Amino acid sequence: MDEIDRLLLTLIQREFPLSERPYAEIAEKAGVAESEAIARIEAMREEGLIRRMGASLNPRALGYVSTLAAARVAPGRVDSVTNYINRFNEITHNYERDDEFNVWFTVIARDEAAVAAIIDDIRKHSGADEVIDLPATHIFKIKVNFDLTK
Amino acid sequence: MEFAEKEIRLLRALQEDLPVRERPYADLAARAGMSEAEALEIARRWKEAGIIRRMGAFIRHRKAGVIANGMVVWDVPEERVEEAGRAMSARDCVSHCYARPRSDKWPFRLYTMIHGATEDEVREQARLLSEELRVENFRILFSLRELKKSDTKLFMEEDR
Repeated sequence: MDEIDRLLLTLIQREFPLSERPYAEIAEKAGVAESEAIARIEAMREEGLIRRMGASLNPRALGYVSTLAAARVAPGRVDSVTNYINRFNEITHNYERDDEFNVWFTVIARDEAAVAAIIDDIRKHSGADEVIDLPATHIFKIKVNFDLTK
Repeated sequence: MEFAEKEIRLLRALQEDLPVRERPYADLAARAGMSEAEALEIARRWKEAGIIRRMGAFIRHRKAGVIANGMVVWDVPEERVEEAGRAMSARDCVSHCYARPRSDKWPFRLYTMIHGATEDEVREQARLLSEELRVENFRILFSLRELKKSDTKLFMEEDR
């Protein structure tokens, strides 16, 4: 990855234009031809650096409800609890973390009742010792793009 | 919120992978069964309304050299939640900042994702924030394993 790649990658993460020729606009900012920008970005995608090109939707604006939950799971049970939790399509992220509460997952569903039902199910049936529900009371920042040019 | 059938098709198509070519939105529009101009017009409106949070590339951070991150949770007194949340959000190394309910089992109120080149850098950033904002009780939870990470897909067939 050279400097132009880093700049292109930063630009297409930050604000990919909603216009007929978005790569022409990106290319102009990076000082290269449209065809070169396309070739470089396609190469970065083939390499796996770029996972997807598309939109990130705001679930809340579309009426969805989400939460973060933390589970306390006995060390020997993490895998079986994970298998139980991960079966739900509504669970999009799940991480094992280095803490007494060691399994952290996000739930996103069409309404509050659906979220509550999943948390309740996991509480009762997954084998976790304890599950705490931590729905956001404030959202201060969500940034998913990184400046790679620094 | 109610959407027309073709708008739902567009919402779905927007969550798929756009081709890297001169007119990527032409493919998107074809998938949604509308003209490129119409798809762009609706998408711009959704961007304006905050329904589309961001348009563009999603990268694999590890491959791109953004290596370490930790979830840092802070025991901030109730009256300082807003102020501390805003101050933490102003930092480049903080990608996400939320407040979540405190409980007797878990005293923490603010949640930040802090990124750095190494885990030590994440620890250092957390220490600096702790000093500057005078929040002494905090904890860094590094992830040991990614157990699941999938794109959030909204308005798919199965959940309607």
